[in-house]
Amino acid sequence: MREISYCQAINEALIQEMEVDPDIFIYGIGSPDHKRIFGTTNDIVEKFGHDRCLETPICEDGLAGFGLGAAINGLKPVFVNIRVDFLLLAMNQLSNMISSCRYMSDGKLDVPFVIRAVIGRGWGQGSQHSKSCQSVFAHFPGLKVIMPTTPYDVKGMLISAMRDNNPVIVLEHRWLYWQTGEVPEESYEVELGLPSKIRDGKDITVVATSWMNVEALKAAEVLEAKRGITVEIIDPRTVSSFDDTEIIASVRKTKNCIVADNDWLHCGFSAELATTVYEKCLNSLKKPITRIGFSNVPCPTSRHLENEFYPNAENIIRAIEKTLDIEETDMSDEIFYSHENRFKGPF
Amino acid sequence: MISMKNKLLSEQVPLGIELYRKLYLVRASEEAIIKYYLEDDMKTPMHMSMGGEAVTVGVCHALTNDDLVFGTYRSHALYLSKANETDLFFAELYGKNDGVARGKAGSMHLFSIENGYYISSAIVAGHLPVSVGSAYANKVKGNNNKVVVFFGDGAIDEGAFWESMNMACLYKVPILFVCEDNGYAVHTTGDKRHGYNSITNIIKQYNCNVFEINSTDVEENYEIAKKALSAIDETGMPSFLHTRYYRYLEHVGINEDYDDGYRTRDEYDEWLKKDPVKFQRDKLIDEGVSEKDIAKMEDDINKEVELSIQKAKSGELSNVSMFLEEVFCERD
Repeated sequence: MREISYCQAINEALIQEMEVDPDIFIYGIGSPDHKRIFGTTNDIVEKFGHDRCLETPICEDGLAGFGLGAAINGLKPVFVNIRVDFLLLAMNQLSNMISSCRYMSDGKLDVPFVIRAVIGRGWGQGSQHSKSCQSVFAHFPGLKVIMPTTPYDVKGMLISAMRDNNPVIVLEHRWLYWQTGEVPEESYEVELGLPSKIRDGKDITVVATSWMNVEALKAAEVLEAKRGITVEIIDPRTVSSFDDTEIIASVRKTKNCIVADNDWLHCGFSAELATTVYEKCLNSLKKPITRIGFSNVPCPTSRHLENEFYPNAENIIRAIEKTLDIEETDMSDEIFYSHENRFKGPF
Repeated sequence: MISMKNKLLSEQVPLGIELYRKLYLVRASEEAIIKYYLEDDMKTPMHMSMGGEAVTVGVCHALTNDDLVFGTYRSHALYLSKANETDLFFAELYGKNDGVARGKAGSMHLFSIENGYYISSAIVAGHLPVSVGSAYANKVKGNNNKVVVFFGDGAIDEGAFWESMNMACLYKVPILFVCEDNGYAVHTTGDKRHGYNSITNIIKQYNCNVFEINSTDVEENYEIAKKALSAIDETGMPSFLHTRYYRYLEHVGINEDYDDGYRTRDEYDEWLKKDPVKFQRDKLIDEGVSEKDIAKMEDDINKEVELSIQKAKSGELSNVSMFLEEVFCERD
């Protein structure tokens, strides 16, 4: 099968769905400008015109409410936010209007509304361009929150989101945009709410979100090659209520669990995942769960500080070694992911 | 039917009568709320429309059934104007299964989707950008339907108001903003909240049509709403209508609050002289409608309201398990 990037997969999902559903329109700051949201809205103005790829004023709360109003009156808006941090300005609409609209109307108003938001990282994004916020959004009943990791998943889940008659927030990690993978050319859905096993293993389960799956995969490769340890990796993909069957089955098999969330730990999704595992398979666990996430400070700007702020494959390897009670692996010859070599900024 | 003594007025009187009927429906419904509220069976915070009926009834009467309206937590007049019924209304206030949302909404979140009344927001200005989005959808679909959004003067203090005005004027959507200004945001007068003198002078700088009215005459409110709505079609720009009324009762609740110190009974007495319901009633009599016919209409409405209340009181509560339903739309 052909391989395309995560960024191209988003673009393809938008175009294919807009071709079959004339009610879909994209809007948000910069959606139709020459940068095209890192390329994810490429060709959309050309194919569908400015009415379906709308430039907007800078007013995230108003824009979120605007989308709700369009959604309950016959359109299917896709609201694009080039950073998750900006979407925090729309918390009133998200928490007071959008999430509860259907419930308060006793099911009489459907809200087919997709909200895309990009998680920034690196090259000095600093504390206001680097948030992830999945637990903030997923806290409110009535909002679906998804974090696709692979190009295959992002295309299928974005298409599912656009066909869902509920508000769906799609959190896209900026660094995942370059990841490539096999993606069918035709349109397809990936069901929301289902985790995905992205690596088989028998010694320990790592439940990871978004970019942390990339780090977990690297950790798994190193440990298998150097220590013969096989790591099973499960990507929940959906942060709002999800089917935990696969996660529970995996932990029952490996009897060890690490949670690596692309976020702060305190009151975060990692706590939700860990609690789910404790509630359903406490007796299977040989050791307590270790949670891995951002350091408990706002994200610093300078590279050497930022490197300390974010967890990486090495942190996951060390946590696994500790959980399995084995000595530390020599990693002096390992080459880990370096955005120094990849991400030259600025945004 | 109401008979008319003066056939010459036959074109005007039916409108006046219909508007009076709606005014009286709102007033009678709220008087019934006051009568029964202390029984403590309507457990929902009541933000009473009393005093403001002429604006809401007048504007709503200028709409078609395909137009959409959005309102606030002070929405009894809006609901009754649009839905024109009291059974579902009182059932919702009593939290019963027959209510508009089977008890999920209450007084602050009334709606009537089939009559074009979509959302009531208890977050000040929360519904404003939503109404702009719905108007945008109408524009895209080219259906010529309007959206009317009601809000108090306090909403203008919110950023969401300015974001909404900007989006509406930028995208030229078919929307009528109706500011129902009662002079107070909760208990605070405009001079303690505004860093400007005239809101309409500011709004005139936007690409929209601006109208003002300070009247408790429902027919005048109806006429200016018609003008404001026509202006949307004529100019292709939104309209903004600033209206005035006086809130008779406390911000939330069924009592007077003239002894609380933030406003005076004298102020109330001045407005009461031109009470919208009494004003229209007197006008109808002046125009030749018989007192007897009006009393009969009022009596019919009183009976309808009382019947709705009795139905609501004896109505069944919703099945408790339904409280978990309708968070998400399930795929078919």
